[in-house]
Amino acid sequence: MQSKLGLNFKRVEYARQIAKSIADDVQNFVSNYTTIAVERTLCRLLGIDGVDSNQVPLPNVVTDELKSKGVLSHGAVFYIANAMVNTSLNPQEIAERIADGTLDITKLNVVSYEERMKAIEPLIKASIEKIKSNRAKREQYIQTLGEGSKPYLYVIVATGNIYEDVVQAEAAARQGADIIAVIRTTGQSLLDYVPYGATTEGFGGTYATQENFRIMRKALDKVGEEIGRYIRLCNYCSGLCMPEIAVMGAFEGLDVMLNDALYGILFRDINMQRTLIDQYFSRAINGFAGVIINTGEDNYLTTADAYEEAHTVLASDFINEQLASLAGIPEEQMGLGHAFEMDPELTNGFLYELAQAQMTREIFPNAPLKYMPPTKYMTGNIFKGHVQDALFNIIGIWTHQGIQLLGMLTEAIHTPFMSDRYLSIENAKYIFNNMRNIGDEIIFKEGGIVRNRANQVLEGAISLLESIDHEGLFSALEKGIFADVKRPRNGGKGLDGVVEKGHNYINPFIEIMKGGKR
Amino acid sequence: MSSGLYSMQTKDFDKTLDLSKVKPYGDTINDGKVQLSFTLPVPSGPEAVEAAKQLLKQMGFENPQVVFYKELTPGFTFFNCYGSTVHTVNYSDIHVPKVESQVMSMEETDGFIRENIGRPLVVIGASTGTDAHTVGIDAIMNMKGYAGHYGLERYEMIEAHNLGSQVPNEEFVAKAIELKADVLLVSQTVTSKDVHIKNMVELVELLEAEGIRDKVILICGGPRITHELAQELGYDAGFGMNSYADDVASFIAQEFVRRNNKVNNYQK
Repeated sequence: MQSKLGLNFKRVEYARQIAKSIADDVQNFVSNYTTIAVERTLCRLLGIDGVDSNQVPLPNVVTDELKSKGVLSHGAVFYIANAMVNTSLNPQEIAERIADGTLDITKLNVVSYEERMKAIEPLIKASIEKIKSNRAKREQYIQTLGEGSKPYLYVIVATGNIYEDVVQAEAAARQGADIIAVIRTTGQSLLDYVPYGATTEGFGGTYATQENFRIMRKALDKVGEEIGRYIRLCNYCSGLCMPEIAVMGAFEGLDVMLNDALYGILFRDINMQRTLIDQYFSRAINGFAGVIINTGEDNYLTTADAYEEAHTVLASDFINEQLASLAGIPEEQMGLGHAFEMDPELTNGFLYELAQAQMTREIFPNAPLKYMPPTKYMTGNIFKGHVQDALFNIIGIWTHQGIQLLGMLTEAIHTPFMSDRYLSIENAKYIFNNMRNIGDEIIFKEGGIVRNRANQVLEGAISLLESIDHEGLFSALEKGIFADVKRPRNGGKGLDGVVEKGHNYINPFIEIMKGGKR
Repeated sequence: MSSGLYSMQTKDFDKTLDLSKVKPYGDTINDGKVQLSFTLPVPSGPEAVEAAKQLLKQMGFENPQVVFYKELTPGFTFFNCYGSTVHTVNYSDIHVPKVESQVMSMEETDGFIRENIGRPLVVIGASTGTDAHTVGIDAIMNMKGYAGHYGLERYEMIEAHNLGSQVPNEEFVAKAIELKADVLLVSQTVTSKDVHIKNMVELVELLEAEGIRDKVILICGGPRITHELAQELGYDAGFGMNSYADDVASFIAQEFVRRNNKVNNYQK
């Protein structure tokens, strides 16, 4: 490819190799461990769902039982398969009996591996088929209805009430949105369970539950058929339930998931071991389900300075790419993140943003890059904010971003009103149409501001990757290399849900999902 | 919709400024001009425009004008409107409680603490409760600061601990006791359904239960926080939009001296 920036692709290749070395090192650790969230996910994949009389989700009932008996290391699949052979019950019935205290699955005779696998074989097949058929349904819709052109217009709904969210989402789709993201209620990322059923109360967002996913999916399919365009649904595969949300999304036909390898560690103080193990399985599921993952590098710039720390975003994109690749996610599903977050007072700030967006595009040519709008310097001056969003939209179309997270003029004031979303979509559609091919017309002059900036950021990212590779990712995170945030290896939330895999441990899904039997 | 570039409307009202009867200003004193936009849950059409105009009249606007309207989705119509309000306010009579301190630079504050207190003040800050936003607390505390104002971490005479986001009140109080904090900074960004009020009151109750409320300077901040609200909730000060680390640090230093010059909070 001809670089419009004069990027040295040998240096890009070198950066990618270092990132691979960093990711391989992480993977060596991850392979030997599991977490309580991974085990809950496996319970769900075996068909366990619902809650007990105290509203505790049954996957939690099963895994908490194993954890309290000190045998979580052997994994839920081993115990459930063994119990199925012993009792002739299905996993759901087994979970219900654990909940009412009439069955102890840790005290049963251990039957042979072959018997266990034979018992769960049909269940594995059923879940895999369910996910495959959702994927096929999406592909069918895109073929028959079509989809919006890139950058996809991504807007959020966040009323707290899933039924109200539906009204907002339908309106946004009719106005031209391509992706509807249902923002989660504040604090959900720190819950070590996924709430059950349809919900109507949330703060700054709506609970991610499987039922809420189903309600929104149905509404978007309906409005998509009405307007003749497939509407993608996005949610958040982050926090303490990463893989669980992934599997719920795969069961309900979600299309896009926020799914960053490092975000929870840095911004939610979730233990790094926990998150890195959880991200692996969650991404294997997302990859298999055809879900586009979005990474959260843009968030670094809400705490660190967007000009000075731009190279950390690129370095993290490289690492996220390699970790995603190890989990079987194809490039076409890697919505690597970056952002338009520089101080508007900065002279030539637009040129630096343009340079970085074009650089990211050229370095990850096949990824549906996720481009984040200004948030940090949105002030409540809605009129200026609308202009800031316009500049951001210009770069989005110019540099062929994949997913444009639309900025709202009322950012920093409230979660979007229906009219805010309308104005925002109108802004983007105007600019995307009016400047459709500007990127094809312009290359940047040698030795100019734009080329220099791109190369400077790339070299900065390479130095950072070299030092992370030297330290190891865990140690680099302890030293606060990303976003100026320091996290101890054994600190943070969720560490008590991490265990080393025991000799009976089995996760039959991961190889099927990564194996590309699509 | 517009009736032309120039307003031909006669201006037969008193054009002198009277601070006891202040009205919005468009381009002439007392013209009362206001712009507003809103959505009504009705389909687009002449009835919708009439509904918007009637609403404007009820809101106290004369000569209501709907300059733009658009159906956002079936059954919801968006309006941009102008009108001249009949209402006035008595500006001369207004009193707003403000944080009483003189704003000093970072060097001045460090000097002030060195001279009057003689040891660094221990400040802990967090975005507490379920609030996941760190942008506010980071702007005040991070070394780099925000918009050219260095954060508390850069102050030589302030020992700043930024505990990050989603810190439960219990944990925050425990940390205050452990670090022998002189000052507690609470950041609240999410205010939907008044979740911040409940959370901020709970913190005051916890501090009282632990018997340390009077031993610490308790400060809250956030885009929707006012000093008045802070005082109502039992805080010593509240900092809203356009407040920076200098404002907070100056208040902390001066308030500490005002309260207990050289008295050690925890008998360290």
